[in-house]
Amino acid sequence: MSLRASEIIRPSDSAELELLIGDALENRHSLEIMGAGSKRALGQIMDVDKIVSLSRLTGITLYEPDELVLSARAGTPLAEIEAALAEHDQQLSFEPPDWGALLGSDIPQSIGGVVGGNLAGPRRIQAGAARDHVLGVSMVTGRGEVVKTGGRVVKNVTGYDLCKLITGSYGTLAVATDIILKVLPAGEKVRTVLVTGLDENAAVTAMTEALSSPYDVSAAAFLPENLTGRSAVSYISDALASITAIRVEGPAPSVEARCSALRALLGTHGDVEELHFHNSRKFWQEIGNVTPFAEDAGAVWRVSVPPAAAAEVIQTIQDSADAEFYVDWGGGLVWIRLLNEGDDGGAAKIRGAIKTFSGHATLMRANADIRSQTAVFQPQATALEALNQRVKQGFDPANILNPGRMVLVDRGALDAD
Amino acid sequence: MEMPEPDATTIARRAAIIGVLKRIVPETSVIAEEEGLRAYECDGLTAYRQLPLIVVLPETTEQISQILKYCNEAEVKIVPRGAGTSLSGGALPLADAITLGLGKLNRILDIDYANRCVTAQPGVTNLAMTQAVESDGYYYAPDPSSQIACTIGGNVAENSGGVHCLKYGLTTNNLLGIEMVLMDGEIIRLGGKHLDSGGYDLMGVVTGSEGLLGVITEVTVRILAKPPAARALLIGFESSEAAGSCVAAIIGAGIIPGGMEMMDRPAIHAVEEFVHAGYPLDVEAILIVELDGPEEEVDFLVGRVDGIARQSGATSVRASRDEAERMLFWAGRKAAFPAVGRISPDYYCMDGTIPRHQLPIVLKRMAEASVRYGLGVANVFHAGDGNLHPLILYDANVPGELEKAEEFGAEILTLCVEVGGVLTGEHGVGVEKRDLMETMFTEIDLKQQQRVKCAFDPGQLLNPGKVFPTLHRCAELGRVHIQGGEMRFPELPRF
Repeated sequence: MSLRASEIIRPSDSAELELLIGDALENRHSLEIMGAGSKRALGQIMDVDKIVSLSRLTGITLYEPDELVLSARAGTPLAEIEAALAEHDQQLSFEPPDWGALLGSDIPQSIGGVVGGNLAGPRRIQAGAARDHVLGVSMVTGRGEVVKTGGRVVKNVTGYDLCKLITGSYGTLAVATDIILKVLPAGEKVRTVLVTGLDENAAVTAMTEALSSPYDVSAAAFLPENLTGRSAVSYISDALASITAIRVEGPAPSVEARCSALRALLGTHGDVEELHFHNSRKFWQEIGNVTPFAEDAGAVWRVSVPPAAAAEVIQTIQDSADAEFYVDWGGGLVWIRLLNEGDDGGAAKIRGAIKTFSGHATLMRANADIRSQTAVFQPQATALEALNQRVKQGFDPANILNPGRMVLVDRGALDAD
Repeated sequence: MEMPEPDATTIARRAAIIGVLKRIVPETSVIAEEEGLRAYECDGLTAYRQLPLIVVLPETTEQISQILKYCNEAEVKIVPRGAGTSLSGGALPLADAITLGLGKLNRILDIDYANRCVTAQPGVTNLAMTQAVESDGYYYAPDPSSQIACTIGGNVAENSGGVHCLKYGLTTNNLLGIEMVLMDGEIIRLGGKHLDSGGYDLMGVVTGSEGLLGVITEVTVRILAKPPAARALLIGFESSEAAGSCVAAIIGAGIIPGGMEMMDRPAIHAVEEFVHAGYPLDVEAILIVELDGPEEEVDFLVGRVDGIARQSGATSVRASRDEAERMLFWAGRKAAFPAVGRISPDYYCMDGTIPRHQLPIVLKRMAEASVRYGLGVANVFHAGDGNLHPLILYDANVPGELEKAEEFGAEILTLCVEVGGVLTGEHGVGVEKRDLMETMFTEIDLKQQQRVKCAFDPGQLLNPGKVFPTLHRCAELGRVHIQGGEMRFPELPRF
């Protein structure tokens, strides 16, 4: 079904959304749910009757810096929230990346989309993902009911933590209308220690040493030599060698002390350099935003594995495919671009390579043909998949919210229905 | 407190159930004699007691799977239990339910420094997780005050916190993976040694679900390198308002201390008399602020907090000069509950969270209620995250006083909700706060939570009577209502 932009419905408050979903439920209309729409190219191909955008559901509704809490309507641009936080030297510590360039969208992303996808940037290893910072959610479920969960305080165990279910559910359970977030002070100073010339094995070893040290590392990444040229940070692009990067943040005297301790620790592995505030910021944005793979074509995978497994996973994939990669989260996150992805986007090769480890692989970017026949999100074991479906039915029994966005629907079976 | 009416037919089948359990686990692992059952009649909420139908102590995941599968088919209820330290009655037995004790699953299975995690069976104590890795310079961050006894499985079920959770997070933020058994006996794994989920974050919703969704049989948590330095400041204030604004100023200055605890006058006096920690007695409130991290950072921040405290009107500021003094500052806070136990025959520990700026109002109204009920109250407070622990003083031997204490407690928690807070910050709902859930949630909110329960346990056999004030049958919850009350889509598959 093709849809014109004029068919996008933009409710202006929770009540309108409630009516809209009630109506869809009654008429069995399926809805594509989006925040601002910047990540529509992520997920399975859907076949829906109507599109609902939260772009009119905007505005910060509460911000109390001393209480470390901010609440905003789901369609609020992330940039607006980050600007408000910056005025008080605070931040969303999970460092939400901007995947716009990777996904071919120039629409500024909304906080609803950030939460819906459970985004997390390089600071994931220290501060957690969106899931760890959502304190409360108001939503309209697929049953057309207004439900709220959580609260506006940072410590709360009252009732089931439905915030966790909503975060990362890509709008398939309920449509969030208001989101309450935990916010934290931003580090006063930022520095990145660079080690040049390591291979992926040595890099993972070095990152493990740094992350096992008491120096409170807030990010650890590895960029192979063939990708350094794509960085806008001249220290990186001029390196002519692979880069292993370790970030520290905090009060100035602490950052300086930790930086020199890390230089001493990592100096045994290779030559050591240092990035200061602006270059550091630029570099980690590139890592989080997948900038090294944004320009070129080819399927892009986001692979979460035990950190120590990274080098082996990379080697297995490179043995069977023409692939580029880089590593974030100290080894725990491997980004892969396949140069000849094949009909399945490389799913068999990528998922085969992580099979012996715990983990999951998400097909972040691929053309519609591939996404209509390949599971974008990691397929679950049978019992777990059945449980997921029962959870979904509890929220959206008629399957009207983003139907099939997270699970590959067998089209043959659908047609025969 | 009313519990669901015990099912007479289950009680009548007791002998047959014991027979089946003895075929699944060794005979000595089934406790059926009253003397043995007595040890399990309550958890940390000792005001409520009930002998379980039977206690079973399995040793393997496979045995748990068989027990649950049998109970699911035979419609026998299960109450999972770790160490039984819950303060909200989460492990309170039911007359018609088997108490499933996980104490025999007490081995650490894997210490993995390369991936910075530890995998353990659910019956390992919280402290043992840290002890297993401490000689190598690591620790497990969440440290509930019951950490010597409470189990890691129970920590997951309750999403336990501790004094360090503002900086290091609750259990949910430190958990990487679990293995659990569903009520139908199915064994599933959520998470692992990697981060985040490829599907719905079921591990996130299981954490803190108070034993209502499944039985946790294995836990993988992340461990952290021990901070090289820690120092504490002991700060006295003429009013709790001044202490509260000092907390706000510290956080406003961008400092997240490793721990930040407040105590009010009655708590300070009870503690000082007990442990002689050197707390100032001429103040209305004290703050203990602990900074941890690299040496340079700690020294720098101690200086900054010292300055902020003086600007906030502190009457005394002392920074610990050595480890012994730091431990002394903490000794008082850690002994707060037993110290209060010395000045009162019984005390009832509450656990609400409030937006911090509401503290003066809440303390004032609590003091008024204290007069009205004729019961004393001492306050210890995780000041950084707004988590209050009022201790209501009463004497259980005086008829009616327990009920009065409970009523006072309910009033405090309702007040927490009224000022924008929540019923429980870390102790859980259990049976204790079950009937207050409607002060925080609408019926629709609670029904939606129960639909999650139905996805995991459609027969509602796991820990019934806890958390939710009203039980609805899953078939009823599955129906879709639209305006006018007409039921839609009867043809859709239901669970």
